[in-house]
Amino acid sequence: MHELAVTENILKIAVEHGQRAGAGRITAIHLVIGGLSGFVDDAIQFNFDLLTPGTLAEGAQLHFQRIPARLRCRQCDTVFEPDGIDWRCPECDALAGEVIAGKEFFVESIEIV
Amino acid sequence: MTNSTPMRIPVVQRILSANDQVAAQNRARLQGSGITTVNIMSSPGAGKTTLLLSTIEALGKARAIGVIEGDVASQVDADKIAAAGVPVVQINTGGGCHLDAPMVRQALDALPLETLDFLFVENVGNLICPVEFDLGQSYNIALLSVPEGHDKPYKYPGIFEAVDLVVVTKLDLLPYLDFDLELFRELVAGLNPDAPVLPLSATTGDGMEAWISWLMAAQGKAA
Repeated sequence: MHELAVTENILKIAVEHGQRAGAGRITAIHLVIGGLSGFVDDAIQFNFDLLTPGTLAEGAQLHFQRIPARLRCRQCDTVFEPDGIDWRCPECDALAGEVIAGKEFFVESIEIV
Repeated sequence: MTNSTPMRIPVVQRILSANDQVAAQNRARLQGSGITTVNIMSSPGAGKTTLLLSTIEALGKARAIGVIEGDVASQVDADKIAAAGVPVVQINTGGGCHLDAPMVRQALDALPLETLDFLFVENVGNLICPVEFDLGQSYNIALLSVPEGHDKPYKYPGIFEAVDLVVVTKLDLLPYLDFDLELFRELVAGLNPDAPVLPLSATTGDGMEAWISWLMAAQGKAA
């Protein structure tokens, strides 16, 4: 639902860094998105294509690096990747996962010419 | 193609950094005014407004309370709060599924911050998105009503993992519904051992004392 505002932020960050580096054009934006961040690649791409015409990032390619969610079971210490929204431990079945990874949500780099 | 080979520029900036910056400003402003701010999140209809009304009734004489009401549309919740005699600002997100820090910043301008002890922010009814957006609150809490079912931590682990307190509302309906309170406590404790679970009914008043005590302790810690 809120991918439009999020995409505006991505564009703003990319354009700021592009301008600072003296870019003629931004050709690619590399994003790192954790599996728990709740953002949908397709929706970001869709909004990006709507927002970019006339900007430094027009035509830029979005690259998504997905970081899978990783949890550590507080009961048995098993580290596992949850299956979708099912956070139960595959070893002991406890719902006791502490988040180790998956909340990442940042612009990693841009490519400019 | 051309002689211009793309050059990769490292950025490494959080996409929500603009929100986070405004949230930090809100937090500094609220703490500077000595206000304990509680961000209340739940599904639509879990009883956020009803809990606020009961809280105002129980605590409103001893503590100065202000409210920010977040809704997709309408003024009905703010009208109910205003009728209880506390300052309230309605934010309509116009389709947006959560409040963000800039919206709260604007609402703060319309509240008498220098006089308040507590600010309750009633987020848009939604168990998913609000938790992503820091508003500058002192505490995040989640409400889950008995009719929603005890299995919600399986489906929305993100919110239960992220809050400081879980309030189970509509406790008066427990005899009529298949809600396993002990199992719910276990599920929340598994995800978030630090978050107490407080069952209450804002309608009957059952459990309200523990909630008010939690608020008083929270105020002590935030001060």
